[in-house]
Amino acid sequence: MLTNEETKIIEDSLGRVPNPTETHVFDAMWSEHCSYKSSKYWLKKLYTEGKHVISGPGENAGVVDIGDGDKIVFKMESHNHPSFIEPYQGAATGVGGIMRDIFTMGARPIANLNSLHFGSTNDRRVIDGVVKGISDYGNCVGIPTVSSKCYFSDCYTQNPLVNAMSVGYTNKEIFTSVPSKKGVVVYVGAKTGRDGIGGAIMASEEFEEGEDKLPTVQVGDPFYEKLLLEASLELFETGAVIAAQDMGAAGLTSSTTEIAIKGNYGIEIDLSGVPLREEGMEPWEILLSESQERMLFVLDPDIYSTILRREIFDKWDLESYMLGSLTDTNNFVVKVKEEVVCDIPLKTLEAPELTRPHTINPVEELLFSPTTNDFDKNWVWEQYDSQVMGNTIHGPQDDPAIVRIPNSKKAIAMTTYSNVQLCNYYPKKGIELIINLCHGALERVGAKPLGITNCLNFGNPENEYVMHEFVETIIGMSETCWKLKFPVVSGNVSFYNETSGKGIMPTPVIGAVGLIEDYENGHYNFSRQ
Amino acid sequence: MKTGIIIFPGSNCDNEMERFLYKFSGVKPILVWHKETNVPDVDLYVIPGGFSYGDYLRVGALAKLSPIMKEIKRVAKEGRKVLGVCNGFQVLCEAGMLPGTLRINRTQEFICKPVSIQHAGSTFLIPIAHSEGNYYHPNPKEVKVAYTYTEDINGSINNIAGVYKDNVLGMMPHPERAFESYHCSQDGFEVLENFYGKRSEIN
Repeated sequence: MLTNEETKIIEDSLGRVPNPTETHVFDAMWSEHCSYKSSKYWLKKLYTEGKHVISGPGENAGVVDIGDGDKIVFKMESHNHPSFIEPYQGAATGVGGIMRDIFTMGARPIANLNSLHFGSTNDRRVIDGVVKGISDYGNCVGIPTVSSKCYFSDCYTQNPLVNAMSVGYTNKEIFTSVPSKKGVVVYVGAKTGRDGIGGAIMASEEFEEGEDKLPTVQVGDPFYEKLLLEASLELFETGAVIAAQDMGAAGLTSSTTEIAIKGNYGIEIDLSGVPLREEGMEPWEILLSESQERMLFVLDPDIYSTILRREIFDKWDLESYMLGSLTDTNNFVVKVKEEVVCDIPLKTLEAPELTRPHTINPVEELLFSPTTNDFDKNWVWEQYDSQVMGNTIHGPQDDPAIVRIPNSKKAIAMTTYSNVQLCNYYPKKGIELIINLCHGALERVGAKPLGITNCLNFGNPENEYVMHEFVETIIGMSETCWKLKFPVVSGNVSFYNETSGKGIMPTPVIGAVGLIEDYENGHYNFSRQ
Repeated sequence: MKTGIIIFPGSNCDNEMERFLYKFSGVKPILVWHKETNVPDVDLYVIPGGFSYGDYLRVGALAKLSPIMKEIKRVAKEGRKVLGVCNGFQVLCEAGMLPGTLRINRTQEFICKPVSIQHAGSTFLIPIAHSEGNYYHPNPKEVKVAYTYTEDINGSINNIAGVYKDNVLGMMPHPERAFESYHCSQDGFEVLENFYGKRSEIN
């Protein structure tokens, strides 16, 4: 929720009191989850360069050049809060969301990875649900899950961490959420319901025991995602796409405003064009719904009306809806038919950067990590289809995972690492070790390290000790990446991993990707299975 | 040897099947979208794995109603070979082109791993990846068995992994995931030869 201070800033910049719909929009866009207000000052310190980096942090995913016009697109993202409330749907939609980030940029996902942190091996509700959620979603869409790491420690009992990573490939043009010209705003995909309303806000707050947060969890439909994936990739090839953005946190609001802000345009949409799953939805509910499997495109108006509808959307049995267009006003204007329900300057939606106080915790907090001898990792790995697409050289049983680029000599090595014990004791050394382990793992199989993505899982940033752990982690990451010339190309910060005042220990997770020029000559044996 | 791959919304093993059949036959397979009402003239029709229609309602239950299935039944009657792998096997059973049905695995979980299967005294190492591969038929003696697992994998009656009827074969294991140098084996071609004929003699 907006603080009194924030409300004051908003009223001053608008010169008036926002109406209820606008207040909901600000509430979501200024949430930690959407605005990165506590972290963005620090994230600028990361090493993000390299001549092979085509697109770094700030886009849906990072893009690196691997030669011959081939590009690798990857990112990791957390879905921690939803996975505690409803493990199956929380984890499933986490996988769905990260894959949409990849294909939104015009790349086909070729491998999924995940890093899971649970309280103990007895926590079957969460473990079974999360593993089945990931399995059902990834298997159905047909993207191999090639790496899955499970860790256990008591700080995750009420704050499990579900971090999903996806790696995509394309040898065609990369698409971004930055429009270079105006066009029509088109909604493609599933209908909008009340699921996930306030998800972004929920992920920016602590939990209290017994609180009912179920309606804030989204529900996934992997079959629909598969249709959306194929249709989107066909759409990109037509040349009609000016910009693309998937509807993730804060749904329609963040996707529409982000495109407009990045292109320095205004945007006007009419909510009466949005397909609804439920009756009587209020404008703010439509604007903030986090219903899954929805995409937003800015398209060339002529091609859209004459060709695309018939040839692509009909083929894949997908509905598309024209909601409005980009404008020259620099305002976010939302109408329901003729009635204007929201009209605000886009620049006011950007929350001010915070520099939260941070100090070292004088007391060393102890961490209890239970024994995990009774946990069978094969039980997890065998539930993932690690072989679909036929390109898997190393699946989850081997680290790093290795996946061949289709019809090519090249292969991609990839892995994730975390180490909460060391990060808790010494955050800066912890992240340094993790990044070095990633780098070493890639080199060990003969891969040239290309870059990393991260999921920075922390407690409440309003706590000075937590903020200190975060700052130390960023400084350590920055220094280590500089040293190794190992750029960060994408990432995600997940704060507020706290329930009833008990938070997680600092748990940065690093996902790393490297290139093997000739898969037949890597330093590894083909799959041992 | 000409081949055709039938693609439903939700099929997801079509790319590797295409590469597999191309490498086997030397001829690019023809991809056939499920809304087509005519099938191309080929020697082997393949329904690949995946989750046609998301496996909603029941595996294969919606795919069998696609326009293309009428044509597949016609060409099968004419004596053309039809192969269904994984979800393709489930579709063929639902469409009544093969006997029996595929239930959820006894573990109630998805299983992805290489398994040993047998045919006419030979053993092949081929990956499986399915939730519903537990083959059932009330009278298994009536069923012509093409492949059996060498051990109980998913609860299938008599360890059945694949069945055939005249010129139609369905199997849960994925031969198209067993032919590249880095796959668990290169037995996939032999599995296809068992059904179609020697690779050296077909072209």
